Amino acid sequence: MKNPFELLDKILAHSVRLQIMSVLVANDSYDFNSLKEIIGVTDGNLATHIKALEREKYISVFKSFVDRKPNTKYKATDRGRLVFKKHLDGLEQLIKQQRK
Amino acid sequence: MQETQDYEKDLASIRSMMERSVKFVSLSGLSGIISGMYALGGSLIVYFILYDPNSLFNFRFYYEDENSAVSKLLLVAIVVLGLSLGSGYFLSLKKAKKLGVSIWNPASKQLFIDLLIPLLSGGLLIVILIVQGYYGIAAPSCLVFYGLALVQGSRSTFKEVRYLGLIEIGLGLICATFPGYGLVFWATGFGLMHIVYGAVMYFRYER
Repeated sequence: MKNPFELLDKILAHSVRLQIMSVLVANDSYDFNSLKEIIGVTDGNLATHIKALEREKYISVFKSFVDRKPNTKYKATDRGRLVFKKHLDGLEQLIKQQRK
Repeated sequence: MQETQDYEKDLASIRSMMERSVKFVSLSGLSGIISGMYALGGSLIVYFILYDPNSLFNFRFYYEDENSAVSKLLLVAIVVLGLSLGSGYFLSLKKAKKLGVSIWNPASKQLFIDLLIPLLSGGLLIVILIVQGYYGIAAPSCLVFYGLALVQGSRSTFKEVRYLGLIEIGLGLICATFPGYGLVFWATGFGLMHIVYGAVMYFRYER
C-alpha cells in the first residue's frame, strides 16, 4: 500500500485551512463573512489563510458588488478538491493503520 | 508526528464544517407547533364558513354557490400563511441568536430558494385552477406541492423535514381520491402534522 503520509497535504495541515476547504468542497461557493462566522476566526486570520489557499490554486476568488458593497465569493478549484480528497484518504488510512 | 487523536480531530472538524455550512440549523421546532395551531384555527373558521351546521365528516358537494365563500377562504388562508411565516421567522431569528449564527447565511438562502420554486409554481397553478372553477383541486394540490417543497428543501436543513414532506405528499394524494373531504386532510396535513413535527424537533434538538 502507498504510504499514507504521501497523501497528506502540507497546506491543509493547518486546521483553519482544512476547515475553509471543507466548507468550499461541500458548497458551490461561500462568501467571506459567512466563512468567518462559521469557522469562528478573525478577519485577518481568515484572509491570511485564504491567501495561502489561493496561492496554491486550491480555491478561486470571485469579486462582485451587492448593493454597492463588495462581496467576495470563494470556490474550490478542481485541483483543490482533488488535494482535499487525497488528504482525507490519508487521514483515514493513518487512523486505520494506527488502530491495528 | 501527529497522533491518531489529532487525525480524528481533523476528520471530526471536517465533518462538522461540511454539515454546518450546508444546513440551516436555526429552523425552530416551536414555530412548527405554532403554525400547526394557526392552521387548525384556520380550518375551524373555514368549517364554520362552509360546513356548519353539517358534520365535518359528512360528504359535501363543492360545486355550488362557492364564489361568495372563496374570497373568505382566501382571506383565511392568507392570514394563516402570514401568521405562520411571521412566527417562523421570529422564532428562528431567536434560535439563530442563541446559536450565535446569522439567520441569513448561504444555507438559509439555499433553503429559501428550494422552498420558493415548488411553492410559487404550485400556488399559482392552484389559483389559476380555482379561478376556472376547479375548487376540489385546492386541498390535495396544496398538500402535494407543499410536500414537494419540503422534500426539496430538506437537503439544506434537518433530515426530518424530508419525512414531513413525504407525509404531506401522501396525504395530498389520498385526499385527491376523497373529493369533498379536503378540509379534513388539509387540517391534518397543515395542522396536526406540523404540531407533531414541531414537537419532535423541539424535544430532539432544542431542549
